[in-house]
Amino acid sequence: MKCRKCGGSAALELRRHNAAFCSPHFIEFFRKQVAEAVHRHRMFSPDETILVAVSGGKDSLALWDVLIEDGYRTAGLYLDLGIFDYSVESKAKCEAFAAARGQALHVVRVADAVGAPIPGVQQATRRPTCSACGLSKRYLMNRAALEHGYAVVATGHNLDDEAATLFGSVMHWQTDALPRQSPALPSTHPKLVRRVKPLYRLSELETAAYAFLRGIDYIVDECPFAKGATSIAHKEVLNRLEEASPGAKHNFLFGFLERARPAFEKTEGAVLQECTSCGQVTTGAVCAFCKLADLVKRRMS
Amino acid sequence: MKVILRNPRREVQVEGKRRVKELLVELDILPSTVLVIRDNELLTSDAMVGGDDVLEVRPVMSGGSGSAA
Repeated sequence: MKCRKCGGSAALELRRHNAAFCSPHFIEFFRKQVAEAVHRHRMFSPDETILVAVSGGKDSLALWDVLIEDGYRTAGLYLDLGIFDYSVESKAKCEAFAAARGQALHVVRVADAVGAPIPGVQQATRRPTCSACGLSKRYLMNRAALEHGYAVVATGHNLDDEAATLFGSVMHWQTDALPRQSPALPSTHPKLVRRVKPLYRLSELETAAYAFLRGIDYIVDECPFAKGATSIAHKEVLNRLEEASPGAKHNFLFGFLERARPAFEKTEGAVLQECTSCGQVTTGAVCAFCKLADLVKRRMS
Repeated sequence: MKVILRNPRREVQVEGKRRVKELLVELDILPSTVLVIRDNELLTSDAMVGGDDVLEVRPVMSGGSGSAA
């Protein structure tokens, strides 16, 4: 297979683009897609410092690598979930990545904030692990950004992640969730930082290939709690569709963003206020994270 | 050839030569869900493999909480 740009030996075939690229031209393609996402959604400007949420996986480290290579000022945020050897290894990958590139890395232990590591939260609350984990991550990312003075948090969500989330929302007609699905979520409150997803135009295969070709040492093994997760099942369904019809995931997500999402936007957004317990932004009196932490505390006492 | 698979990590021995896409069909793996690596290089689906090759078939799927970094 030949590279579409130079005719050299291809490293990766992109069926949805009906193209193949050699390593240098694929890396060029990848960076252009990130630049297009940043530009199209005005995600951040060169004079801002971006807090990149990193897990040690391919997506977030690939994102951090692109932003550094493109000359952005960045810092990393690693949330230590306390998931056995998986967290030990993923933290080490993030620390090594940051040290090799001279970047700052903030580390926040979920156990310090919630009262237990993620496995302990699951045992104490009987709540689905991925649900408590996602809630904790969103809360702690925002809190860390505010504490350290970053106006924007970038996450490594890719096209597959976004298509799977959309699929799940549509399957259950979660019309409240649909308008919140966006490559860039603006700050709608002084205590809510902007959240952006610069990899939303790139598939999981593409982020993995980029990380590999750039020599990024990422954690390949998946989170032990991801097995059987609903989001994984949705990805598998979409991958079958993609195999039969290349571009299906792209069309599903981009069609939604361009044509369907506006129909679900409400003229009046939710009223945001500060949590009476922690001061972070919430729609109720006490935020969901404080309720979770309180439940963990009570069950473990 | 030796084929190294992940999640869980295991190895299988496959006899004879074939293209990567044929190997993946035999292993019941969708091509868009893995990187196929030989000698620290990515292989495309039309690449011939076999003999003394050692291949890593590395899954690319991740997920769970939906808010992963």
